Amino acid sequence: METPQLIVSPAPHIRARQSTAGIMWMVVTSLIPAAAAGVVLFGRPALVVIVSSILAAVLAEAFCQRVTGRRITVGDGSAVVTGLLLALTLPPELPWWMTASGAAFAIIIGKQVFGGLGHNLFNPALAGRAFLLASWPGAMMTWKWPAASLSWAGESVDAIGGATVLGLARQGFFAKHGVAVPYSQLFMGNIAGSLGETSALALLIGAVFLLAFRVIDWRIPLGYLGTLAILALLAGQDPIFHLLTGGVLLGAFFMATDYVTTPITPGGRFFFGLGCGVLTFLIRIYGGYPEGVTYAILLMNAAAPLLEKATIPKRFGEVRADV
Amino acid sequence: MKRWQVFANGIFRENPIFRLVLGMCPTLAVSTAVVNGLGMGLAATFVLVCSNVIISLLRNVIPKEVRIPCYIVVIATFVTIVDKVMAASAPGLHQVLGIFIPLIVVNCIILGRAEAFASKNTVGRAFMDGLGMGIGFTLGLVLLSFFREVLGEGMLLVAEDFGFTGWRIIPEDNQALMLILPPGAFITLGLLLAGINKLSAKLSAAKDLAGKGGE
Repeated sequence: METPQLIVSPAPHIRARQSTAGIMWMVVTSLIPAAAAGVVLFGRPALVVIVSSILAAVLAEAFCQRVTGRRITVGDGSAVVTGLLLALTLPPELPWWMTASGAAFAIIIGKQVFGGLGHNLFNPALAGRAFLLASWPGAMMTWKWPAASLSWAGESVDAIGGATVLGLARQGFFAKHGVAVPYSQLFMGNIAGSLGETSALALLIGAVFLLAFRVIDWRIPLGYLGTLAILALLAGQDPIFHLLTGGVLLGAFFMATDYVTTPITPGGRFFFGLGCGVLTFLIRIYGGYPEGVTYAILLMNAAAPLLEKATIPKRFGEVRADV
Repeated sequence: MKRWQVFANGIFRENPIFRLVLGMCPTLAVSTAVVNGLGMGLAATFVLVCSNVIISLLRNVIPKEVRIPCYIVVIATFVTIVDKVMAASAPGLHQVLGIFIPLIVVNCIILGRAEAFASKNTVGRAFMDGLGMGIGFTLGLVLLSFFREVLGEGMLLVAEDFGFTGWRIIPEDNQALMLILPPGAFITLGLLLAGINKLSAKLSAAKDLAGKGGE
């Protein structure tokens, strides 16, 4: 005779129909504009990077789960998200095998070694990018300007070479030649950079989609971008320039909002964003690299458990012992 | 345990790197090239064998209260010998290994074997233990530095002191630099440990099965 099972579970008892797979595929959807912009701006090599990154991430996930005898869950889309996010942070002409090793590293070392989805300490895509930057620094800093995008530079065009906008700013290029990249070009993404980070327009379309469906929390991007803009203002620099260049939009909306590696408390999330903003600004101005989004988010990932502990909200009716 | 078992113990069942996870400082720091790993391993083996023998000989003379300083004096003597010999015969290698040669004095494996084995066993057994542990340590270092040199440097067996120019395995500029950097040491060691744990679990499962079949 079958006994009816009493299911005991912790609150909350009201459940949404949202599932991990549903959320992951929504994130993939929201990244399509940025990926498409990358392919339009940088052509076929960008497509090769995107495809090889996603394929390698999915294969690495299936391989790890196979070897460790766990259920193969590549259908939940989390490996696709990691692969796609990693691709968007890479130079558009990175060789396919470097891309693929970065994606495999992201999944194997960044995620599966910790126990798979939900257990990783660091954002896997950024771990993959950090690995690539440490392993092949030359190829990872080879940038390309989209065709016919340099009219603003006038006579100083020959001095640009293969640097990104932030790289040029760091060299003092803009002050020296008295030129500036027009905001419209920064906004459309008609500049050199990682293949998915240049087009602010495409990223914002995806971000609005995620915010509208409440997939991501507005506190992290607000804390991140707000802090960066305020610091730029205080330092007497152009805040709009800081927001539109480099990977800050991609990082703030799509990477700093990863559920697994960021705090779950509302206050923790805000401070997480704030920390990312401070670190990004410090690395941009004083650090060894022209851009600091990768390391800013990775460092804050490490601080996430601490932030969570420090910002536990008060339970209803709770009286703090020390009051 | 028979003597050859004492010897084999250090190589497989209680391999200092992969089973005891001792001596991690030099393991992580010098395993950037096979020749560095081999040099470090052989230097440690020499010290280990000699100090094990001397400490075993003196095991009834050394007062218990001051045994650690006594061990250190014995070990430091042999480390000084290794240091000077290496500086004279392989200056390049000596420079690469640098501080990690003098640091053999406080190597956990050597102090650990002195305390746990040599001070309680006969000279012959202490000798075999030192040799087994030393060779186990050397093999572990060579395995780790093999992966790191091939993948991180793209070369195999570069040893200018001994006239080897090495072979290029991975085309120039394609090697994954990170593997010869510190994080590469931790990640490679971790993956090797995981692989060896899996292998030994498989082997012991097979042994259990064979044991049952024989009954």
